[in-house]
Parts: sequence; structure tokens; C-alpha cells
Amino acid sequence: MEQSFNLGWIDYTIMLVYFVFVIGIGWALKRYMKSATAFLEAGRSLPAWVTGLAFISANLGALEVIGMAASGAKYGMMTIHFYLIGAIPGMVFLGLFMMPFYYGSKARSVPEYLKLRFDEKTRAFNAFAFAIMTVLASGISMYALALLAQVLLPFDFTVTIIGINITEFDFYLIFAALIVLIYTYLGGLTSAIYNEVLQFFLIVIGFLPLVFLALKHVGGWEGMKANLDVGMLHSWQNTGSPDANTMGVEWFGVVAGLGFVLAFGYWCTNFLVVQRAMAAGSMTAARKTPMIGALPKMFIPFIVVIPGMIAIALLNDPSIDFTLPVKGDSFDYDKVIPTLLATHFPTGVLGLGVTALLASFMSGMAGNVSAFNTVWTYDIYQSYLVPDKSDNHYLRVGRLTTVFGVIVSILAAYIAKSFNNVMDFLQLIFAFINAPLFATFLLGMFTRRTTGHGAFYGLIAGTIAAAIHHGLTAPVGLHSQIKGGWMGTIVHHYHSEMAQNFWTAIYAFAACFVVTVLISLLTRKLKTNEQLKGLVYSLTPRLVDKEMVWYKRPATLAILVSIMAIAFTILFW
Amino acid sequence: MGIDIRFPIGLMFTILGLLLTLFGLFSSSNSELYKISYDININLWTGIFSLVFGLVMLSLSLRRKKKVVEEEKQV
Repeated sequence: MEQSFNLGWIDYTIMLVYFVFVIGIGWALKRYMKSATAFLEAGRSLPAWVTGLAFISANLGALEVIGMAASGAKYGMMTIHFYLIGAIPGMVFLGLFMMPFYYGSKARSVPEYLKLRFDEKTRAFNAFAFAIMTVLASGISMYALALLAQVLLPFDFTVTIIGINITEFDFYLIFAALIVLIYTYLGGLTSAIYNEVLQFFLIVIGFLPLVFLALKHVGGWEGMKANLDVGMLHSWQNTGSPDANTMGVEWFGVVAGLGFVLAFGYWCTNFLVVQRAMAAGSMTAARKTPMIGALPKMFIPFIVVIPGMIAIALLNDPSIDFTLPVKGDSFDYDKVIPTLLATHFPTGVLGLGVTALLASFMSGMAGNVSAFNTVWTYDIYQSYLVPDKSDNHYLRVGRLTTVFGVIVSILAAYIAKSFNNVMDFLQLIFAFINAPLFATFLLGMFTRRTTGHGAFYGLIAGTIAAAIHHGLTAPVGLHSQIKGGWMGTIVHHYHSEMAQNFWTAIYAFAACFVVTVLISLLTRKLKTNEQLKGLVYSLTPRLVDKEMVWYKRPATLAILVSIMAIAFTILFW
Repeated sequence: MGIDIRFPIGLMFTILGLLLTLFGLFSSSNSELYKISYDININLWTGIFSLVFGLVMLSLSLRRKKKVVEEEKQV
């Protein structure tokens, strides 16, 4: 049942209003963009609630909305691991323990912190890897958006301009890229962050009515539960062994692979999200950013995971006529949200829902583009290509980089056309590059003995370990080498790709940790204690929160967030 | 920096809320349209919700503006 939406004038008006506001915000910010700091770091002046919402909204892109609904449909309640153990501890740790070093060191990016703490080569490795990864992620967002728009919007055309055939797919891709380009070009990081906040509210207000109607359709919460396998309703109960649950992972893989290595690697070291916290106006605001983001983060499953589960319950209920599009020999789970929209929303809210979907793609894209901008301008251009120019020069370069980043993303979007499972591919990249990274930060921030050589070779070892593990193992029912086993011999079969990814991360982390420690012990420490002040825990004066009223302290917020996360975990055990 | 983001957010949701509320009111007799949403006028309800949210955001940003202006006067 591939159906395109039946959109009326009201729906197009809603979309238009959204586009006007998104570009209008960029336009209004244009006159404040007078320095590279204003453009690339939002002048370090934003309130904590703004950076906090942007913190999770930058991550609420294509991967989240489409991917997590698909995951909810495939795995059920186990998907909330990505929101509780796979996010909250990492976010609290970042706020309480790592932000003081990121924000206090005056580093302008995560790679720059690595340079201050370790050396040039460690920064270069991280900066280049990050730049490539973000452009790729942004391209995948664009590709997914264009593909979805092609299926859902009722237009179908091909025009030939100077010998090149342009279909509606190309048009949507270029159009979305252009909107993102305009508002990030005009207002820089501030514009990206402000629009992320706007998009966050739009996604919530656009999707809540969908959850409400779909739940009503299936007979409420109890109706949903009655139509699902009991295994779909629990997150931890069946994780005693990998055969017993929908995801094919055991509790140790979830805790160590997802909850520790992948989550801390992503939330604590990925510049895309850390940049939002670094844009905050004060140290306290910067520390509160991830934890303020954590509060709504715990409720996002209700608008993305639950719809996926409802879709399966609707399919299972014999008295309800509902079906999902088919892809190959199974349902096309990536179509859960669009199908629910088409079958529950009349014209009017349908426009709001489609706009919310567009907004989620754009926030993902803009987040990547703005992070790419900063890393490219400061860590690659200023460091290696053209150093020692005026601030004005780097402001102009930052602007041009926006254009460059968007063009490369468009190219990446066309490359992404050849990979079909976006979610798994992204997870794979995160596992190869991000997983070892957290070991480097942990050792670098909390021991002063870790050296630049140790960090660099540790990272290389971790990435190689990830690749080897991925090459020697495979999920059951392997059908393409991107899923593993590309080294020819397969030494272990995992129950699922998810399990394989979690374990790739565990091996990468362990290899990086061990190699970093060994090489650090064998090499001389080149930075003096004075140089490491503000970068390493034991050499940095403790922050004193005592003057603040107790309820305004970051630690209080951390306790509140933790209690809520534990309550949700028990509720959906 | 520069602008208070609550103002554009408030304005946008007020406009979207008004659009949906009015559309919901004018289409309320169209039972064919709301068959898909189980006879609930979802446009009207979402519109009211969006309108209330928009107005709250607007009033928050205007209250802050007033405060800033007063502080500047005192200086």
C-alpha cells in the first residue's frame, strides 16, 4: 500500500509558514554575525534551555524519527534502550564531569581540545574523521528526505536542463539543501540552534495528535498490549540470553556495548552534540545543557517508538484493516510513520505532520553542517591550510564552508543511494570511529600520564580492532559484506546485527584503552602540569557550586534526571 | 544572542494554531473529512493546542522584553 498523501491548500500553507519562519530566523540573526566566534560558536551566549533542546533536537533527525519508529516496530520496547541506558548516563556524565574541561579550556571544538590535551596528530585524526562523518551523515539525511518526499508528495515530473534530467527526487533534494544552506549561511550556529529548538516543538506538536489517534484506533494502551507478542513489551526482562529477546542481544552487550561504549562515545565526544553545550552562555549553563536535554529525551520514545509498536499491533488485530508497505520478504518498517500519517490524519493536521517530518530531516542536516563548519574552519583550514589571518577572514571562510559543506553533502546523498540500510550503516561508522574515542577522553581527562603518542596510536588501534572484529564476525543470515564477515573466515555468528555492533564497540574500546595505556607508559610526557591545567581532572581547581541555591546546581538536576530514568526503566522493565 | 527565540516560536505556533483552528471550525460539518480520524475534529483540537502554546511563548518573550526595557531605563 504505497500511497501518496492527499494534500490540500491548507497543508501547503502550513509548510510555507514553516519555511518562512526558518529562513526569517536566519535573516534576523544576520546582523549579529560580525565575528568568527559569533558565526561558528554562537558567541558562547545562549541560555541553557535553548542549548539543551538543541542538544537533543540536533540528534532528532532522520535517524531518530524514521529509524526509531522502524526499530519500535521490529524490536518493540527494547528500542527504549537507546533513550534510557543508551543516552541518559552519557548525558549526565558529560554535564557533570566533562563539560568543565570542554568549556573551561576555551577549546573551540572537540578536536581542538584533543590538540590542547595531547598533540597535533591526535587532533588531525579526529578532525578529518569527524568532518567526513558529518558530511556523510548530512548527505544521508538529505537522501532520505528526498526519497520520502518522492513517495509521499503527489508530484511526478522530469525536466531537462542543459542535457541533465531533473526528476522530482533531485528537486526535493536540492530544495531542502537550499533551505538549510540559506539559514545556516545567514545566521551560522545560532541560526542552526534556534531552528533546532523551533523544530523540536514542531515535531512534538505535529506527532502528538498522531500518537493519540493511532492509540485510539488500536483500542488504547491496553489494546496495543493485547495485540503484541509479550516479548515486544519488555526492555530488560528477556535479556538473560540473546535467543530470548527480539533484538538478539544479552544484557551485558546492552550495558557495556550500548550503555557504556557507544552511548558515552556518542554523547560525550561527538562534536555535533557537544557543540550545542559549548555554545551556552556560562559554565553552569554549559553543564546543565545535556541534562536539560535529557528530560525531554526520555519522553521522545512516546512519539517515535510507540507509533512503531502501535503499527504492529494494528497489523496483528484481525478486526482492523491496516497494512504496511512490503519490501522484499518483510514489511518496510521505515514506512511506519508515513503510513500512520496517511491513514490517520485528515488534511490540515496532515500538513503539520509532514512539516514536522521535514523539520526533523532539516534539523539533522543543519546540525551536521554547522558542526562541520566549525571543525573545517578552525581545525583544518586555520590549523593546516591558512593560519594567522584576521578574524574577519575566518568569518568569511566559515560562511563559504557552509556552501562547500552543503555541496559535498549533496554529493554524499547521491553516494548514499547505493546503501539501503541507513541506520545500520551509520551505527557501523559510529562504532568504528567513536567507540575507541571515549577511551581516549576518559584516559586523557582523568589521568595526567596519558601522552599524545599513546592517545594517537590508541585511537588507530581501536579503529583497526573495530574493523577486524567486524570483518571476522557476522550476524546470522548474512547477505552483504557491509554487515560483516568481509575478511573471508567468520569466527563467530551473532544473533543480530545490533549485537554485532555492540560487540564491535566493546572490542574497539578495549583495544584503544590497552594500547593507549601501554604506549603512554613507554613514551615521555611532553606537556607540563602547567600546560595541562584546565584539561585534566587532577590539575584543575574544583568548581564550587556552593554559592548557588541548591535547586539551581547541576548536581541537583543530575539527580532528578537519574531518578526519572530509573523510574522509566522499572516501568517498562 | 540577538533575538529571543521565544518570539518567533510563539508567533509561528500562533499563526499555525489560528490556521488549524479556523480550518477546523469551517470544516466541522464535513463528516467525510474526519472519518479518517474517528470523527474527532483533530484539526480543531491540534489548532487550539498550538494556539495556546504559541500565545504562552509570545507572552513569555514580551514579558522579558518589558523587563529589559525597564532595566535599561534605570541605568
